[in-house]
Amino acid sequence: MPLADAAETGLKIVIVGGFGVGKTTLVRSVSEIRPLNTEEVMTQAGAGVDDVAGLRNKSTTTVAFDFGRISLNEQTVLYLFGAPGQERFWFLWDRLFSGTLGAVVLVDTRRMADSWYAIDRLEYHGTPFVVAVNRFDEDGSRFSLDEIRQALDLPEDVPLVDCDARLRDSGKNVLITLVDHLYQQALAREMTA
Amino acid sequence: MIRKPVDIGDPHRLYTVTGGRSRGEEAGLDLVTLIVSECRPTEGMQSEHVRILELCGHPTAVVEIAADLRLPITVVKILLGDLLASGRITARNPRPSAAHGDAPESALLKEVLIGLRNL
Ligand SMILES: Nc1nc2c(ncn2[C@@H]2O[C@H](COP(=O)(O)OP(=O)(O)OP(=O)(O)O)[C@@H](O)[C@H]2O)c(=O)[nH]1
Ligand SMILES: [Mg+2]
Repeated sequence: MPLADAAETGLKIVIVGGFGVGKTTLVRSVSEIRPLNTEEVMTQAGAGVDDVAGLRNKSTTTVAFDFGRISLNEQTVLYLFGAPGQERFWFLWDRLFSGTLGAVVLVDTRRMADSWYAIDRLEYHGTPFVVAVNRFDEDGSRFSLDEIRQALDLPEDVPLVDCDARLRDSGKNVLITLVDHLYQQALAREMTA
Repeated sequence: MIRKPVDIGDPHRLYTVTGGRSRGEEAGLDLVTLIVSECRPTEGMQSEHVRILELCGHPTAVVEIAADLRLPITVVKILLGDLLASGRITARNPRPSAAHGDAPESALLKEVLIGLRNL
């Protein structure tokens, strides 16, 4: 895509991870606007059905997810989406992944298993991602990144970084890590093309 | 913060807003698809359509429209579908869709990287 055509470009990055790992906090810390809430209508059954007529039927609920905006330059706006973390909404992630630049998987080392599903789905969709360990003060374990990489069975080429989702610079660093990873991948592809 | 799924509120309102139609995604709209108005609001147009045409005088992402209208994405896509069908708005897909397996070009990613570093 020639850059001229990228004028007024909307790009998106999705933040996923288990319940309460700090996704909303991360979106908030790096966004230029107070993150807004937006909603998807869906059935309780969770099929992601768009049957609005069925709204009259009480089994329909809405699910909120966060989004934040970062204006990178005059033409380019980056949108961050924080997926809902409750397990019964995980099916929504698949929809969010389509058309994303890439994803950030947030990990709380006290509940590492919650990240497996996210990693699994991303690998399935072929969506590039990085993993960020959100270090909570209450977490005394201080696993090293190597230990975490092993526990998550994460391939060597997937970047893994520490972060504090509450801090803007730290959140920014996570995004830079992701985009740098995407950039290197694109360069490598273009070399062999 | 534990956010419970919120109740939809008054279903009749949404039903009215969308004219009772149930499908909105045929147009292939994504959350970040940019919408641009191709005309001005006219007399008698439903208020949501008017608001969308006003907002999209400048290209605006679907998710921003939903936030502005305070309506769920699904409902907004239906509204946009109507306006698209009648040619009152156009949609620009932000970049080659992942469906084509096209990764964004390194040049674009470099721009993004520079933008992030400069924040
Ligand atoms: N100590 C500490 N607390 C954090 C950190 N990140 C988030 N929190 C807190 O952890 C709680 C959960 O954070 P959220 O950002 O709401 O988590 P979430 O992933 O969006 O949660 P769900 O959307 O419900 O899955 C909040 O009370 C945050 O203030 C962190 O890095 N350190
Ligand atoms: Mg959240």
